Amino acid sequence: MSQTKFFQNSVFIQETASIVGPKEADGPISGYFDRKLEDDLLGQKTYELAESKLHALTIRLLLNKAKLNEKDIDLCIGGDLTDEIYCSNFAMRDFDIPFLGMYSACATFGATLISAALYIYSGQMNKVVCSTTSHFSSAERQYRFPLEFGNQRTPLAQWTVTGCGASLLNNKEGHIKLESATIGKIVDFGVSDVNNMGAAMAPAAMKTILSHLEETSRDADYYDLIATGDLGDGGLQLLKEIAKDEGIRFDKTNCTDCGILIFNREAQKVGQGGSGAGCSSAVFNGYIYNKMIERQYRNVLLVPTGALISKTSSLQGQTIPGIAHAISFERI
Amino acid sequence: MNEPNKEYLKLIKEKMPKTKHFSTIVRAFIIGGLICCIGEALNDIYGLIFKTLSEDEIKSIVTITIILITAILTSFGIYDKIGNFGGAGSIIPITGFANAVVSPAIEHKKEGIILGLCSNMFKIAGPIIVVGITSSICVGIFVLFFKGAF
Repeated sequence: MSQTKFFQNSVFIQETASIVGPKEADGPISGYFDRKLEDDLLGQKTYELAESKLHALTIRLLLNKAKLNEKDIDLCIGGDLTDEIYCSNFAMRDFDIPFLGMYSACATFGATLISAALYIYSGQMNKVVCSTTSHFSSAERQYRFPLEFGNQRTPLAQWTVTGCGASLLNNKEGHIKLESATIGKIVDFGVSDVNNMGAAMAPAAMKTILSHLEETSRDADYYDLIATGDLGDGGLQLLKEIAKDEGIRFDKTNCTDCGILIFNREAQKVGQGGSGAGCSSAVFNGYIYNKMIERQYRNVLLVPTGALISKTSSLQGQTIPGIAHAISFERI
Repeated sequence: MNEPNKEYLKLIKEKMPKTKHFSTIVRAFIIGGLICCIGEALNDIYGLIFKTLSEDEIKSIVTITIILITAILTSFGIYDKIGNFGGAGSIIPITGFANAVVSPAIEHKKEGIILGLCSNMFKIAGPIIVVGITSSICVGIFVLFFKGAF
């Protein structure tokens, strides 16, 4: 069974919106985001509520930009990193729109796009909103140590992005088309270091890209840009290394990573780069989408990657399964 | 069951950046040494102020003072920066323990006093207390049998 689904001429991006936190606003692609927050607590009592509000604000901004009402939207698909996707469920309290929650760790944005595209392609729905969010402070508290705990980060660690991105997909012809998508399989090469998520995700990214290129009979240089989700610098190097063994060559194409794009890695002290469910979604909806509109890129392959860590599994000594989904966009 | 890919794990070891041991050890030495110097200085100052107190009592007051300073620095978000710079140098002295108790207490206060603050306060420091008590019991038994406690 083919992992890749083709959408012909039926799924387009109508509008995107992105909001990021203060640290991301100091990053190199800051100018491409719609809004930058000055206070990452957004006037809320807890960071989880702040993340919910960030998610709700982004969807509201998207609807305003697209000049649509809540009743025009058939479905919202969203997710985040917190337990039971707390922040997305709570954000959707503010909307009178049907909602499906999703979890694929940092690859959630890819999963939401693929689901939305399939619903639209099937003819059951016309307008679907895909959004994912993450917040540094809520993720840090859930997966690592308290914020005020004085520990050292390893050089392999990544920095969870505070940000949210949302895309509105529809069936009316627009500038950017979702051409095809490859649904990833879980890949586990045996990495067990929870600080080394890039290495855990790189094999999944490699396998998904390999399947995508084989099933579409394309070379990597068909794409002007291949952007992985959040492998970080080290993870991206590993991906290139193991892809070489499989015969994929990234020499002629611009192969980068959303986690590298969003921060000045050295100056902002973010370790290997950004990560989180909001990383690929904010970078795609802010930076990559606008670059495609500006006609800098024509064919783009977005490969959000996720390290499927659970607090319990890592304590029980289990390795980290990785997942990656690939979505191919085309500028019309 | 998923078999680990040994070649890939080897590649990770070669390619991924490693901790710079020399600079982290030097920084730990500086911060750890500095904290201990502050402790010694407090010891001398208290010795001059409280002339009637015994040496053991003064040591207790010094420890309490250092814990208080750490708790204040933690709550103002300064100690995590010291810890980020100093690593083990800031964890091994009593300051590290104080920081490990205060930081989860601040973090979990939002879930309420009893179920949030109280139940999570020793989330990080708990194992240290367990290991401390267990090892002191072992040493106690050892002393009882081999040296004769009475």
